Amino acid sequence: MKSFTYEKVSSPAAAASAVVSNSNAKFIAGGTNLLDLMKLEIETPSHLIDVNGLGFDKIEPTSDGGLRIGALVRNTALAADARIRRDYGLLSRALLAGASGQLRNKATTAGNLLQRTRCPYFYDTNQPCNKRNPGSGCAAIGGVTRQHAVIGASDACIATHPSDMAIAMRALDATVQTARPDGSIRDIPIADLHRLPGDTPHIETTLTSGELITSVTLPKPVGGTHIYRKVRDRASYAFALVSVGAIVQRDGTGRVAVGGIAHKPWRVEAAEAEMPHGAKAVAAHLLEGASPTKENAFKLSLVERTLGAVLTEAKG
Amino acid sequence: MATVSFSVNGEVRALKLDTRTTLLDALREHLHLTGTKKGCDHGQCGACTVIVGGQRINSCLTLAVMHEGETVTTIEGLGTPEHMHPMQAAFVKHDGFQCGYCTPGQICSAVAVLDEIKAGIPSHVTGDLNAAPQLTNTELRERMSGNICRCGAYSNIAEAITEVAGRRA
Repeated sequence: MKSFTYEKVSSPAAAASAVVSNSNAKFIAGGTNLLDLMKLEIETPSHLIDVNGLGFDKIEPTSDGGLRIGALVRNTALAADARIRRDYGLLSRALLAGASGQLRNKATTAGNLLQRTRCPYFYDTNQPCNKRNPGSGCAAIGGVTRQHAVIGASDACIATHPSDMAIAMRALDATVQTARPDGSIRDIPIADLHRLPGDTPHIETTLTSGELITSVTLPKPVGGTHIYRKVRDRASYAFALVSVGAIVQRDGTGRVAVGGIAHKPWRVEAAEAEMPHGAKAVAAHLLEGASPTKENAFKLSLVERTLGAVLTEAKG
Repeated sequence: MATVSFSVNGEVRALKLDTRTTLLDALREHLHLTGTKKGCDHGQCGACTVIVGGQRINSCLTLAVMHEGETVTTIEGLGTPEHMHPMQAAFVKHDGFQCGYCTPGQICSAVAVLDEIKAGIPSHVTGDLNAAPQLTNTELRERMSGNICRCGAYSNIAEAITEVAGRRA
């Protein structure tokens, strides 16, 4: 690990001033992904700003019937919150499908959204990777691609976003609140937080330099049956090959977001009109324009079949 | 270099450390508490599991300096060879290990798992999110999935935990 200086901040203003005065600084909260990447020298910050003392660790009701989740709320606490379990079961289920008990106790809501891809070529520092070393090329293209993206990828990068939680957040239409170093705050719809790789796969989100996520807000509950179905190589503690997060209403309408197939949570609102007509119709629309490799083409039928299982389960 | 002070197994310890020192390395290399094991050092195997502030975490994926004022319990703090924790005794009784390398992590994790179930924290296999989770074999196996045992002592580990859980209830 490269050496770094460390400071703990206790106010957003102190965090802002720390990030402005250190050009190669990173915020650290749970640290479960960042420290892993620092050990491999994929992340090499020269200064760490510990934001655990900022107090963003509450889940509070909003004036319009939703919930505001502090950026520092741990994955375990979020999944176990009685209001989340009752009204946003999809979120609870997605969180519990990810990582291990130990990791969920540390990992935070904001950190989960900002975790980086688990593409093995991104992790192998002997390989070219446009995400790790812009302009160096992509070793995944033409490599072993069973896990990789089948839609929204580019000639520069075919990595997927690994988060389960983000799939639920996308289906629930969450909004991300941030604070910028100049003190300004803004709301970012979850759909606009993560970027597709294009020719700049190292730029993964729309956050600007030094911008800090402070909370994630869920709109008021929409009811329906909440299901998160994750298909993976082990029954537990593995990333998704494909995952489907869905909210299905009694009349068969609903929402669906898919994980494991793209550089961001994959949701096509227009495809949801097909939900009463079954999985095949939805998947056809959802996966329009997909360009899988020979090794991961199975993900296209796996999305359809997983969604089919989810819709059947929703009927009860 | 940085300084940090936290409680380990009931004793306050003050350390001067390189900021890069993980909690795991602080415990093993600086405090010579070598019960906690380094397996993968990347949060994938669970051998380094300790209990901080009542919650199990991977000590390899957290910096020692981030734990100022906190309370750490390692395998040495759970019990001793003369006065074993019930979970340690159950692992011995049920042969819940072979080589023993993953065992401290397994035991710390298992103790925390029973507390998590008691606190009503659901898991991936919990049927009804709004009901109290049950102490089933499936629940225990899912909750212990962050602790890998390459000797494959899983069945005996599950039996050991089940026995302790039964005794508690």
